[in-house]
Amino acid sequence: MTTATAAPVAHDVPRARFTDLIAAEWLKTWSLRSTPWLYALSALAVVAFNAGTAYDHYKYWYQYDKGSQEFFVTHRLALVDAFTDNSALVLVLALAAIGAVSVTGEYGTGLVRTTFTAVPARRSVMAAKVLVLAAVTTVFGVFVAAVSFASTRAILSGRGASVPLGDPGVLQVLAASALLAPVAALAGLALGTVVRHTGASVVACVVVLLLLPMVLSDRRHLTAVLRHALPFSAWDRLTGGALPQPPPELFPWSEAGAWTVYALWALVAAAVAVCAVHRRDQ
Amino acid sequence: MIEVNGLTKRYGGAIAVDDLTFTVRPGEVTGFLGPNGAGKTTTLRMLLGLVEPTAGTATVRGRPFRDHPRGLRHVGALLDAGDVHGGRTARAHLAVLARSNGIPRARVDEILDEVGLAAAARRRVAGFSLGMRQRLGIATALLGDPPVLLFDEPLNGLDPEGVLWVRGLFRRLAAEGRTVFVSSHLMTEMENTADQLVVIGRGALIAAESLSAFAARSTRLSVTVRTPDAATLAPLLTAEGASVTADGDRLAVTGLPAERIGELALRHRVLLHELTTLGASLEEAFMELTADSVQYLAGDPR
Repeated sequence: MTTATAAPVAHDVPRARFTDLIAAEWLKTWSLRSTPWLYALSALAVVAFNAGTAYDHYKYWYQYDKGSQEFFVTHRLALVDAFTDNSALVLVLALAAIGAVSVTGEYGTGLVRTTFTAVPARRSVMAAKVLVLAAVTTVFGVFVAAVSFASTRAILSGRGASVPLGDPGVLQVLAASALLAPVAALAGLALGTVVRHTGASVVACVVVLLLLPMVLSDRRHLTAVLRHALPFSAWDRLTGGALPQPPPELFPWSEAGAWTVYALWALVAAAVAVCAVHRRDQ
Repeated sequence: MIEVNGLTKRYGGAIAVDDLTFTVRPGEVTGFLGPNGAGKTTTLRMLLGLVEPTAGTATVRGRPFRDHPRGLRHVGALLDAGDVHGGRTARAHLAVLARSNGIPRARVDEILDEVGLAAAARRRVAGFSLGMRQRLGIATALLGDPPVLLFDEPLNGLDPEGVLWVRGLFRRLAAEGRTVFVSSHLMTEMENTADQLVVIGRGALIAAESLSAFAARSTRLSVTVRTPDAATLAPLLTAEGASVTADGDRLAVTGLPAERIGELALRHRVLLHELTTLGASLEEAFMELTADSVQYLAGDPR
């Protein structure tokens, strides 16, 4: 071993493929024991809140007077039970935290330096992370929305108060609730990427995604506009709008506007997560 | 080949790395020495593009490292053994990295075996000792079979067997023609491993030269000589300008290199039982040269 061989040439380096990064992020997601647990517990909580509300209506059905029972059926309030406010709150909180931790977990442990040394194309890493997170949480959202709808429908059909899948508005409630999951997760990912600290980014998620829509009044034009720009309000608008008699709004806004809020939050969050890592020291 | 040119990093008013210029050549192990806080880690992070220099350039084989979309086949690095997620198994950690760089899955088990972690491959890293994490970090660095390797304090936490293994590994990697750049704050870790040294203090370059040239800088070069004829040898050495302390058949000589002492003994037919350059001389050279630049001095009244 005295004669040093010629310095090893960077042997036929295969072309960098983005699909490899997606596969790596997929592996990264599922190689943590906490991932399936977090998703399972979140799903359980969301479905339990919905099914629980439906069961409450089922159980105490005969304590309502005739008029209330009729109102429940004609106004298709089964759609409200299909995805309740409480469930939406839990969904946003859980998914935003999952999104934030998917990146702060790397910062907190120092893994991010290993990751960015292995893949100096940092924006590609984050883009792969965004895609994997969006895909997994969309599947999650569709799953919890479908299970919530199926379970609440089965429960309320015992009182003849259920709404079939084909009814107008049902798909909108399901889609708005299912897509709230990836929107919240991507917002969490973006906040986590900027804040880089688990605790602080979860607090930021709670403030931006849950607290703001509660404190911003919809009775003044300015605050109403700000409020309408938030994903939780958009969910509220889309699910409320699916009812035969939507709740009245002082400053009405269109469903298309609410869908646009969803899309913009997802796109801006993805862009922030991808771009924030490029220039900053790691 | 690593080339660092005028590399500077400033954090606000504090200067972490100050106009560093040096070259690290392939085929040798180069030690990167400096007291705690000297700027070694910041320099390595700038080499890897993790930290943006305030001024100057750092290139690996002629290109800034960040120009490569994937890194593992170009530079292998162990920055901090803690830079892993404790929730993953050793195998999963490496599998993720391998996948991101298009490295075949089989390489993961091969490298786990090579670093002695085959038995722990399915265990979660959170349960690993520091030594095991160092081995995992070394596995990460070796994963892409890269021509350039950077190690930041790789010997921390390793048991004696592990230290020997790492030293042998570095020598082997260098003999294969790779560039091996190893940081340490302990001279003793380097003296049996490195051929070349880059020494910094307070972010500035102190020396970039071979180990032997560096050792010769010490004004208190010390050599232990054991001879049954100490009475004859001692005056000869003193006559050459050395200062000699005798202790039975053992002489502690300063101010004269071992080669010269050997020559004198041969010429005057003095039998030698031992002729050892004390390891401390390197350590002393290091201490002397970095004395002005130690940042966190115990008992420093500031």
